[in-house]
Amino acid sequence: MRAVLALIRADGRGVDRVVPPTGHTAWLTVLSAAAMAFLAVFALALALATGRLADRWSDALARSATIRISAPVDQMPTQTRAVLEVLATTPGIADYRALDEDEMRALLDPWFGPDLPVETLPLPQLIALTETAEGVDGEGLRLRLAAEAPGAVLDDHTRWRRPLVSAAERLRFLGLISLVLIGGATAGMITLAAQAALAANGQVIRVLRLVGARDSYIARAFVRRFTLRGLSGAALGTVLGMIAVALLPEADAAGGFLTGLGFEGAGWLWPMMIPPMAAAVAFAATRAAALRMLRGIR
Amino acid sequence: MIELQNVAMSYGGGDLFSEISLKLAPGSFHFLTGPSGAGKTTLLKLCYAELMPSAGHVSFMGRDVRTMGRDDIAALRGRIGVVHQDCQFLDHLSVAENVALPLTVARRPLDARELMELLGWVGLKAQADALPPQLSGGERQRAALARAVIMSPDVLLADEPTGNLDWDMSLRLLTLLVELNRMGKTVLIATHDLNLIRAAKQQVSARVLRIANRRLQLAGADL
Ligand SMILES: Nc1ncnc2c1ncn2[C@@H]1O[C@H](COP(=O)(O)OP(=O)(O)OP(=O)(O)O)[C@@H](O)[C@H]1O
Ligand SMILES: [Mg+2]
Repeated sequence: MRAVLALIRADGRGVDRVVPPTGHTAWLTVLSAAAMAFLAVFALALALATGRLADRWSDALARSATIRISAPVDQMPTQTRAVLEVLATTPGIADYRALDEDEMRALLDPWFGPDLPVETLPLPQLIALTETAEGVDGEGLRLRLAAEAPGAVLDDHTRWRRPLVSAAERLRFLGLISLVLIGGATAGMITLAAQAALAANGQVIRVLRLVGARDSYIARAFVRRFTLRGLSGAALGTVLGMIAVALLPEADAAGGFLTGLGFEGAGWLWPMMIPPMAAAVAFAATRAAALRMLRGIR
Repeated sequence: MIELQNVAMSYGGGDLFSEISLKLAPGSFHFLTGPSGAGKTTLLKLCYAELMPSAGHVSFMGRDVRTMGRDDIAALRGRIGVVHQDCQFLDHLSVAENVALPLTVARRPLDARELMELLGWVGLKAQADALPPQLSGGERQRAALARAVIMSPDVLLADEPTGNLDWDMSLRLLTLLVELNRMGKTVLIATHDLNLIRAAKQQVSARVLRIANRRLQLAGADL
């Protein structure tokens, strides 16, 4: 990184002059770098958003579960008490409590309206519990519940939670893979462009070598150009990509799976890494190509 | 300065020459002659490490060029001024910039007055801002000579520096080379031009080497 900065800071005018301008193909490198950076912004947004999603689901949901007791009204208090006793002696449970009538009403409100006579309905009793970090042995708890309170059913959400979390994790992985691929493609593209420029300037390089130029001096002329092109193109593409992400429809609470494809808070700093990374890739690719070619010239 | 010990060179086929030993002492003045295709240019290329010998050793100031890294060879070329037979330039830079190129790549400061003085010496003041492709063959050779001496090198190797020049200009450049030799520079000139050698011998004590029958010989006083 320091080499890249030194390169940009150094007055490269003398070095730049000795290699003729590459002309009309220069903007192609800038354009490709911009396109790659634009894609990288989206891959990054995908990786970050799905990462957040996976964390939220596995974190918040994994720690909570409910027990539903369906029993005839007269058995309800006994069974509820039995379940609470089981929970009190089960390891891995941080907190538990039976939902009271008001909470039940709040849960049903959105579906049946506020006037529902909750107390007259044969509703199941719900017990919310929170697991500790170690978690609870779901199968063991189920067996004990079956023995003590036949009407109790443990719903630990894993049935539907697990595939969602793994889908989110896989999406994050795909996002990261895409970033790596974009980086590789950028390196390949810059290498090809640099090789073309080096080949077109074979005569110039030979003359420079004959009058005593060091390899690093000759390489610098090319490295500087392609690093600046990679940097400026990536900066352009990143800005456009960030604008596009910012203009995505606002995430709303009911939006479900696709909400929040974007950056949050400090997450906006991540895409800022793309231009320097692109510059570093351009620097390394061009330098490698230049030194490889110079080895063939005495 | 430059020493060749038992050097042989081949471009893949048979040896172009072999068993060549040569010592360019500091401040010496040598001519190199021989028929076309005998290997004069090849011998010079060995001296500035554009080629490596197929046998024997080439050393510069006591150091075998084979043991030198690429940066060492670049530094060596900063101390050896070379006028190439095919005078290659950077065609997008002006004549003045081309002449100053060894200073530029060595990151040494450029004195514009000295540069113009040098261009005046080789008669290229008017062409300072021209591009190399606009020069005549003789003008290219003079520009190449100016480029070879601008670093004030310890050694000057010139390959047919007067090949395309009229006699007056040839003498003028010879005088420049003799002046440099008097300042202590080591000079080696490959040339076919016997008149040039005779003219030089009146000004300095020059030794004449000759490549013939794949060997290097010291030419006698028969010139
Ligand atoms: N790169 C090369 N590959 C193969 N053969 C070469 C190469 N360079 C030169 N030769 C051959 O080596 C021989 C000597 O070439 P060289 O240029 O050293 O001759 P010269 O003495 O300088 O001739 P001239 O007086 O015409 O300049 C020639 O026969 C030439 O064909
Ligand atoms: Mg020759």
